[in-house]
Amino acid sequence: MSIDTAATSVRTEIVVEVPLERAFTVFTERFDHIKPREHNMLAVEIAQSVFEPTVGGRVYDRGVDGSECQWGRVLAYEPPTRIVFTWDISPRWQIETDLARASEVEVRFIAEAERRTRVELEHRHLDRHGEGWEGLAAGVRADQGWPLYLQRFAEAAR
Amino acid sequence: MDGWSALADPTRRTILELVAVRPRNVRELAERLPVSRPAVSQHLKLLKDAGLVFDEAVGTRRIYRANPAGLAALRAQLDRFWSQTLVNFKQLAEQEDQ
Repeated sequence: MSIDTAATSVRTEIVVEVPLERAFTVFTERFDHIKPREHNMLAVEIAQSVFEPTVGGRVYDRGVDGSECQWGRVLAYEPPTRIVFTWDISPRWQIETDLARASEVEVRFIAEAERRTRVELEHRHLDRHGEGWEGLAAGVRADQGWPLYLQRFAEAAR
Repeated sequence: MDGWSALADPTRRTILELVAVRPRNVRELAERLPVSRPAVSQHLKLLKDAGLVFDEAVGTRRIYRANPAGLAALRAQLDRFWSQTLVNFKQLAEQEDQ
């Protein structure tokens, strides 16, 4: 994996030993199994994450009690090579209600061989989140989100 | 060092929390931490290099503030989030493709 240092985006990529279509399907249909578990914005455990496979579709988590938390909107859906969705999550890991302050995520799937796919992910326009620090500092003090993340990292890095 | 690595250290996390509350100089920080002033300075340098804090001269003193944009901190979080997501993705995809 490599990380871009551009100030307003994060880029990472990985190569998986599966066919292109398979990679696309796993990423879009099994997102709840691959995203780090600590970022659940529901009050209950996530039963499923749903990526509605159409432009204008919603990206949301559904809790075991049926509650839902929408945190993204599908901007591009081009199977099996590309998806783009918004990231309506503030730096405090809360739902961003002002959609002008949302960033976006593009995922590109590139066939390198019959059974090998490179997946490139770019999370860009992070500057749209604006005064993220204010919320982040509050989150630190409230012992939410950010410290949890750091704690997890510290444990993993030990 | 990126923001995430810079914050892997508990002393630096505490320093960042302290300067996020209000700007402080090295002496003030050292008084609140179980480490020496030179150690605090070293931590501050790393935080500064990672873009998480910046410093400015006020009279004869140098004070440190949290970076108000916080972009570096946000990037550090998301960097970790997506890297972990892709690692999980690879494991799941290859396991289910067996």
